[in-house]
Amino acid sequence: MNEILEGLIAAARLVATLDRDLTEIAARSLQVSVTAVVIASALGMPLGAWLAVNRFRWRRHVIAVMNALMGLPPVVVGLVVYLLLSRSGPFGVFGLLFTPTAMIVAQVIVVTPLVASIAHQAIRELWADYHDLLISIHTTKSQRVRALLWDGRRTLLTAALAGFGRAIGEVGAIMIVGGNIDHATRVLTTAIALETEKGNLALALGLGFVLIALAIAVNILIHTLSRTERASQW
Amino acid sequence: MIRHGTIAFATVLLVAAGVRAETMRVAVTTSFHNSGLSDILLPAIERDLGLDVQLLVVGTGQALRLGRAGDVDAVLVHSRRAEEAFVASGFATHRREIMYNDFVLIGPGHDPAGIAGASGAAEALVRIAEAGAPFVSRGDDSGTHEKELALWRAARRNPEGFGTWYRSVGSGMGAALNTARAMNAYTMSDRASWLKFGNKGDMALLYSGDPTLFNQYAYLPVNPERHPHVKGAPGRRLEEWLTSDRARVLIDGYTLGGDRLFTHNANAE
Repeated sequence: MNEILEGLIAAARLVATLDRDLTEIAARSLQVSVTAVVIASALGMPLGAWLAVNRFRWRRHVIAVMNALMGLPPVVVGLVVYLLLSRSGPFGVFGLLFTPTAMIVAQVIVVTPLVASIAHQAIRELWADYHDLLISIHTTKSQRVRALLWDGRRTLLTAALAGFGRAIGEVGAIMIVGGNIDHATRVLTTAIALETEKGNLALALGLGFVLIALAIAVNILIHTLSRTERASQW
Repeated sequence: MIRHGTIAFATVLLVAAGVRAETMRVAVTTSFHNSGLSDILLPAIERDLGLDVQLLVVGTGQALRLGRAGDVDAVLVHSRRAEEAFVASGFATHRREIMYNDFVLIGPGHDPAGIAGASGAAEALVRIAEAGAPFVSRGDDSGTHEKELALWRAARRNPEGFGTWYRSVGSGMGAALNTARAMNAYTMSDRASWLKFGNKGDMALLYSGDPTLFNQYAYLPVNPERHPHVKGAPGRRLEEWLTSDRARVLIDGYTLGGDRLFTHNANAE
């Protein structure tokens, strides 16, 4: 109990003094996770919508696999990306291992199935409502996908925020492919793991509270900017 | 808008990282970093050599694996047998001894197995085994784990056949110490990691001093013939620096609560 209190005090001290290392790793956490979510949304949302409006033979299996991949263990993703990007691996010549780019690659793989699955679910319900209308005015498939994505944007925002939540709190994959290098690839979650390892539990917990606060701040900011959840709007 | 802002900010960060001093990557054992020694040495290296040394803090087994794959330019580890095999198979050009400290046995303050009075490290372990007191093993192929297994061999005991008191946690030194504290268990640590550890509780250093607990750290540059992209020249400059009198003064002078953590013993060539 005492240590949780010390953690809160450590968090307050870090934020109040605008600790330079803290701002650096918090900015890197945001940089990696936001980039990963933007890429994952660009891939996952059209994929989810496309799966909702198209009928093909293995559709059910593709969707089942996509849903199952929401539970992809980050540590396994990290290991596979590590082996691919290692100097001894097929993409070793690019020298990407232990860089923020490698961390973004791993997080895109972790987050995309989640974004695609939520997007698919949302678009499918919307498609049931819009089906007759969109068919009757002779839209092409790509027009339908675009109309559904636009009208489902509020739910898609939830998909992106869920992806962000998974990315910002993730440690297994980025620890392996980033290497937790000080001033290069250290982010909030890997710093927490490191401080726990050193036995500095109060500092580790303090960083944890900062991470939670950061995630809340990003969500509030997005909701404010997209004007959702306001009294006069539904 | 926000996304554009963040991406622009991210780009600035990336560019800023790109224009910094020459960098090289070194995989180091957890004790080198967790002891706080790297916080003393790295700024001095950056000042003296203009070299930004990026540390990957892992166990000895994983450090050597990173070196074998060519993912780091050099390794600084502490497991002589594994290091010599690494050089023999051509993954490093040579092995250069830098400094040493020693391993110590940690346990609950009231010492239920009575290891404090043991006549040697192997006997201390036998006392733990015979008392069936919980013992946390690193179990991660690290230098510390290798040394522990060597001590069990010296005591003619085989951890394969141990009961539930022997708990292999498969993680780093700090995690093993955290676990040992939570389970009131014994464990083995290098002296530096123990002194710097922040969550000691009622655990205490119970046994040390046996010459077999000597713990040598060595620097091994990855062989550029195996991996042409490896940064050979900065690696040589770093090795020269680590074996210099400047490094000797810094390493020998690093103390915690009056205890010296490492002793420099590199031979100048």
